[in-house]
Amino acid sequence: MSKLFPKSANKLPLQIIILVFIVGSLVAAGTTYYATNSYTNVGYAPVQPVPFSHALHAGQLGIDCRYCHVGVDKSAVSSVPAAQTCMNCHNQVKPDSPLLQVVRDSYASGDPVPWVKIHQAPDYVYFNHSVHIARGVSCVECHGKVNEMDVVSQDKPLSMGFCLDCHREPEKFVRDPKLVTNLDWKHPGGAAGQLEDGKKFVHDWNINPPKSCSGCHR
Amino acid sequence: MRYVYLTLFFVVVLALSILGFRGSLSTRSPLEVFDDMDHQDKYKAQASSKFFADGRADRTRIPGTVAFGRRSDAADATFLKADSARFEGKDAKGAWVVGFPSAITVDAKFMERGQDRFTIYCAPCHGAIGDGNGITKQYGMGATPTFHDVRLRTMTEGEIFNTITHGKGNMLSYADKLPADDRWAVIAYVRALQRAAHSTAADVPPGHKSELGIK
Repeated sequence: MSKLFPKSANKLPLQIIILVFIVGSLVAAGTTYYATNSYTNVGYAPVQPVPFSHALHAGQLGIDCRYCHVGVDKSAVSSVPAAQTCMNCHNQVKPDSPLLQVVRDSYASGDPVPWVKIHQAPDYVYFNHSVHIARGVSCVECHGKVNEMDVVSQDKPLSMGFCLDCHREPEKFVRDPKLVTNLDWKHPGGAAGQLEDGKKFVHDWNINPPKSCSGCHR
Repeated sequence: MRYVYLTLFFVVVLALSILGFRGSLSTRSPLEVFDDMDHQDKYKAQASSKFFADGRADRTRIPGTVAFGRRSDAADATFLKADSARFEGKDAKGAWVVGFPSAITVDAKFMERGQDRFTIYCAPCHGAIGDGNGITKQYGMGATPTFHDVRLRTMTEGEIFNTITHGKGNMLSYADKLPADDRWAVIAYVRALQRAAHSTAADVPPGHKSELGIK
């Protein structure tokens, strides 16, 4: 009987198995790395109609987040300020700056400034800002150090896994609600101090973040 | 077989060079890998609308709109903001309210609320102690009056309320940031600041006098 296959064909099944394993691993690694929010959303920094710097206003001037984002501690939505909020100061500070023309037009006409939304929860997620603020989840946990951003970019993935990290272990993140807008604050006792105080807060305020589907998807 | 691995290696390098790394800044809107139901046909707050001519989903209040859903048979001081002292700072005759409206209880919690709101909304210009030297002054804000002169120390609470509500001079209205009761809380805190700025040794509780070195 003649040889149908050369001798090297003996190695072929093993080589195929190895190759399938390597290609499979690469596809899995590539999907995890590229098809998740950490790649698709983090770093999104759209060009805004007004080159507003949070680093200047919130960082250097130390204006509280809630001065402009008024709704954040009483409603589901952290509202984007009306042009009047800008004009509180900019009717006197840099009143003729061409960069602020859009704001002055908005103030005069009542039409909104066309800000571009960065942090976008899917429409099937019912996120409520006020409940997080009231229970001591700082802005920085989801938005990063906005007070150091000249141009705001998305800092955290805001994926479901990201939400659940905190919903499962809130004691690692909660702080005194008076400190929520202090984005530079870190527990002076380090991770151990945070955990100790966090556990106390979770107990005292009866924090029981929903981990079931219907908590956020209604 | 060597060529298969070599090709695979170049495919990975090519993918990395095109797709880049996580977290790099981009002005392009996020890629949506599985976008099922991410964008539904519903309006969310402050969103845009193709239906309305002005392009926004939020509608402004129609003139003459009346608050709905209050019980007409129960006494409700907030119904239609009938309590003019609490919501306008004026008494029944239209004169400025002196002191605080009867619906307001000034206690430690109320003062704390006032301090909190004052620090957020007033301190940037008026300064943390109300002397008019807020941070905005260094950036070109015009003269902000101090709370500690005779004019503002003797100004009635009702008129201060009116100033916060409607603004005055270069100061615009803060009614959108401070609901009526928060305005009263801020006024209570401003009164505390004024008292503190004009305090004497007699105001210090006996137990704390030694800390300040006074008898």
